Amino acid sequence: MTISPSVEKSLHPASGNALPRQQAKPWLLASWTLLVYGFLYLPIAVLVLMSFNDSTILSLPFKGITLNWYSMSLGDRAIRLALINSVKVAAMATLLATLFGLLAAFAIYRYRFFGKETFRIALNLPILLPGIVTGVAMLAYFSDLGLDLSLWTVILGHAVFGLPVALGPILTRLSQFPRSLEEAAYDLGANPGQVFTGVIFPYIRSAVIAGALLAFTLSFDEVVVTIFLTGRENTLPMEIWGRLRTNITPEIAAVATLVLLISTAIVLFSQWLTSREAT
Amino acid sequence: MGTSAGSHSNSLVYLESVSKIYPTTAGEFYAVQNVTLEVKPGEFFSLLGSSGSGKTTTLRLIGGFEIPEYGQVFIGGEDVTEHPPYRRDVHTVFQSYALFPHLTVAENIAYPLRIAGLSRSNIAPRVQEALRMFRIPELGDRRPSQLSGGQQQRVALARALISRPKVLLLDEPLSALDAKIREEVRQELRELQRQTNLTFIYVTHDQEEALALSDRIAVMHQGRVEQIGTPEDIYTRPESLFVAQFIGKANFLTGQVMQLDAEMAIVMVNGIAVKAVAPKQVPSPGDWVTLMIRPERLQVGQSVKADNQVTGKTASVTYIGQRIESNVDTSLGQLTVTQLGGSATMGQEDVTLTWTAHDCIVIPSPPSSPVSSV
Repeated sequence: MTISPSVEKSLHPASGNALPRQQAKPWLLASWTLLVYGFLYLPIAVLVLMSFNDSTILSLPFKGITLNWYSMSLGDRAIRLALINSVKVAAMATLLATLFGLLAAFAIYRYRFFGKETFRIALNLPILLPGIVTGVAMLAYFSDLGLDLSLWTVILGHAVFGLPVALGPILTRLSQFPRSLEEAAYDLGANPGQVFTGVIFPYIRSAVIAGALLAFTLSFDEVVVTIFLTGRENTLPMEIWGRLRTNITPEIAAVATLVLLISTAIVLFSQWLTSREAT
Repeated sequence: MGTSAGSHSNSLVYLESVSKIYPTTAGEFYAVQNVTLEVKPGEFFSLLGSSGSGKTTTLRLIGGFEIPEYGQVFIGGEDVTEHPPYRRDVHTVFQSYALFPHLTVAENIAYPLRIAGLSRSNIAPRVQEALRMFRIPELGDRRPSQLSGGQQQRVALARALISRPKVLLLDEPLSALDAKIREEVRQELRELQRQTNLTFIYVTHDQEEALALSDRIAVMHQGRVEQIGTPEDIYTRPESLFVAQFIGKANFLTGQVMQLDAEMAIVMVNGIAVKAVAPKQVPSPGDWVTLMIRPERLQVGQSVKADNQVTGKTASVTYIGQRIESNVDTSLGQLTVTQLGGSATMGQEDVTLTWTAHDCIVIPSPPSSPVSSV
């Protein structure tokens, strides 16, 4: 189709007698979008709001701003202990998940072996399976082994689903690694160990950190698997869960807001790390 | 560790009947087949061939990135066939340069010295010297991603040369550069090799590059070495039809050997006796052979020195700046003649072409298609 110059001119908004075409009812899409986001995030916003509410019960109306619930929750010994346990568990589980994720990523990247695709899928099962399945399975397994439930069993449980989470970004980054860099390092005299520490690891470092951070956040607020595997000591999400059933105070809202803050910060940081070196 | 390459004691790199085989669904693929070659110290040696000819695989066998299924690789008289790359005194300049992106230019150049365990105080002055030598002193703190192609290439060269390896392997190092810089860098490479007196083994598909740079060239085709010789040997005395067709332009005539002695051969082409130089692999009278005559070796007009003469009609004339290329229909077939623009005598319809026996090369085994002009 060709447009003659005169027609083209009349279609142009600058010519005056025609208006630029407008999208039909733009407010419809905008309000629909708002509705969906509101549905998703309003409860969280309300929770954050209530953590500042100067009222003894966890509900509206809003009576005034206070930081009491924060000072109370931070002063609460049980919450402090639970927080320390959560950090311990997340740190150890992350360490295990990242280490084995790194090894698995390397095996997949470097070697061709029988059942490689199956191996890949099997590694990702823990995030595909419902947490309740993983939890029950590991509980049965640990009791068969005669292991007492403790923070260590929780760590193992979290490491299992942390592994595929850490594996993902590492494998993606490794697959972008130019083989010639490795060959160049060998060529210039580096042995396999030096090639890994001096050339390969620096290349994938940001992905390793990003994967580890994701594994950490997932472990930090995990409940389902933890319910099955925890002993007497509680993690922070378990403590919150436990309190919700007895006395619901805005203190819980304050703790939840803190957890939300930390998790968001970690996720954003890990996103930034991966995007920074993706090119 | 045997030095069984004793008979090749003056060769620095020696490949003995080396074959590299890759399994395929259809069986085996010989990327390199029974290649024997030796490179002398201080030589600029090129592996020339089109893609898939096995030239890069041959280079990788020398570098240690591939291990041959058959044959042996010697470097400096030592059998290194199964040595990994880091145990060979050979460095490579990769086609992609393979600079480490997380290191600065200076750190890249220092890498081989750092790996070798030299102290910082020993490394720094040598890196500075290398930066000066490659005329990039201001780039030491940059990252590879901030450099132009030509600058990256210098860094790759500096990094490969700083620990003074016995042999430098170069895998199409100019192919990623613009045509304009390429010629400039080509000159620099040649000078660098002369100055350092290092041994260069250079892979290229560009015949002009190989002819201009090399002391000797190995022309490769389908995993085999077709011919090894000086650029002049390769150009003026090709030993196979492939080499003759691959390098430069040429006229090819098919004929039958009539007479033969140690130096001269007389070959019947379309009923005309043509005098030519006898080849190394002497055919016997009655054999079919191919004759090759370079277009610039054909003289236009009568000449007393000429051994051969044929008359013909000009079919077409093409002006290519300083050269003029004409196709002449003769009783031998159509011949292509090139002349310098200034001495052009083409244009007239009837011409006489002459050439010496020395410029007429006999190549054993005729081509499948009789007369062809490339």
